[in-house]
Amino acid sequence: MYNFELVKPSSVADAVSALQGEDAQALGGGQTLLPTMKARLAQMETLVSLSHIDEIKGVCTDDQGRLCVGGGTTHAAAAEALSGYPALASLAARIGDPAVRARGTIGGSLANDDPSACWPAGALGSGATIVAVGSGGSREIAADDFFQGMFTTALDEGEIITEVKFPVPEKAAYEKFLQPASRFPLVAAFVAKFSDGVRVAITGASQDGVFRWTEAEQALSSNFSADAVTGLAAPDGSGMISDLHGSGDYRAHLVRVMTARAVTAAS
Amino acid sequence: MKVTMTVNGKERSAETEGRTLLSEYLREGLRLTGTHVGCDTSQCGACLVHVDGQPAKACTVLAQDCEGAEVTTIEGMANADGSLSRIQQAFQDHHGLQCGFCTPGMVMAAAALLKDNPQPTEADVRHYLEGNICRCTGYHNIVKSVLAASGQSVEPVAAE
Ligand SMILES: Cc1cc2nc3c(=O)[nH]c(=O)nc-3n(C[C@H](O)[C@H](O)[C@H](O)COP(=O)(O)OP(=O)(O)OC[C@H]3O[C@@H](n4cnc5c(N)ncnc54)[C@H](O)[C@@H]3O)c2cc1C
Ligand code: FES
Ligand code: FES
Repeated sequence: MYNFELVKPSSVADAVSALQGEDAQALGGGQTLLPTMKARLAQMETLVSLSHIDEIKGVCTDDQGRLCVGGGTTHAAAAEALSGYPALASLAARIGDPAVRARGTIGGSLANDDPSACWPAGALGSGATIVAVGSGGSREIAADDFFQGMFTTALDEGEIITEVKFPVPEKAAYEKFLQPASRFPLVAAFVAKFSDGVRVAITGASQDGVFRWTEAEQALSSNFSADAVTGLAAPDGSGMISDLHGSGDYRAHLVRVMTARAVTAAS
Repeated sequence: MKVTMTVNGKERSAETEGRTLLSEYLREGLRLTGTHVGCDTSQCGACLVHVDGQPAKACTVLAQDCEGAEVTTIEGMANADGSLSRIQQAFQDHHGLQCGFCTPGMVMAAAALLKDNPQPTEADVRHYLEGNICRCTGYHNIVKSVLAASGQSVEPVAAE
């Protein structure tokens, strides 16, 4: 790993100003960034550790009833505090392994936007709002606008995720088809039924990263049953990730299977 | 930069760079070589220690981020009189190790599990140990050891 200077601000304001420096990057739980740096795929002068900022940790409820998860909340802490949204708690509780969950954070996962990550599916499937703070102040980004292709988000340089606001659906479930070597999903589906419609977010499948499977959303909005999904054609496999773990067509098949399972689990 | 933390109940210090990993701090700075580095890529769990009571892969934590933290390593697991702790003894009794390379991480993971879940099921143990890889044992005797350390009968654990 190339060397760098580690700074440890204790407030969002100090973190944002430390990130304005040339060649500075945020460090969340380090569960993705540190392995990347060891492989010398990332290099910076200054690493700004976010793990000492108490104001971005924890879960609360806002006046619209949304569950607001601080950007520095670990997967393990979120799993414990999200009892008001069991499908999301269960998503957090199944990320990686206990040591990864004790350090990795929701903000790091969303900012990284790995095409197989779990939180992006939870955020997109819930229609969450991501709060980002940078030198220009704070702004809210809808999950529908946040994810812009694998490893690409709407975050500007130097912006940090301070909070993620989740509306709580009537029913929801996350079904993860485990890739046991990496412990990431091979393909996973997050299904959430709200009073005004159903959202279906798929991770691990598309070369464009997490996406909404709109055909399934329409079918489920009029008939919330697994049959409504199994009656659909699987999405086109040509735009799906194809690697030694599975072809694009196999992943497309799994999209339908995991969505149907999520509907059954949510019913 | 000098970094100080409480390791196995004692205040310890060593010099670090920004990039110094907790695993390097423990092994090279403090000469506590019981924390093993198997993969150095966050996959195997051989380096698992406890930081402020939580499990952490020491190869994926920066030493400077742990300034002032309470860290427990395998060297802190034995009883005060030097005899093996209940978990360590169970690994010996039930052949929970062969080469022993993964064992420090396995014992630390088991201790973290039993702290939160003193009577885990076999499935709980297998699920909790997903981040700890063993090339030798095939896991059955590790699972048996952890269940035995929790005071449960290990007869029903299949030796498939
Ligand atoms: C063995 C293993 C198994 C895993 N399994 C899974 C899995 O099943 N599912 C899954 O989803 N993930 C999995 N992960 C990844 C894990 O969830 C990471 O914690 C997560 O992807 C990154 O979060 P972090 O806090 O560790 O971020 P870091 O690694 O510290 O940072 C990642 C990126 O995000 C940026 N960043 C960090 N925090 C913020 C913030 N608050 N605001 C803006 N930018 C920020 C950093 O600059 C960096 O670019 C696994 C990791 C490992 C090592
Ligand atoms: S050496 Fe740290 S996880 Fe393998
Ligand atoms: S005993 Fe050899 S790796 Fe586990």
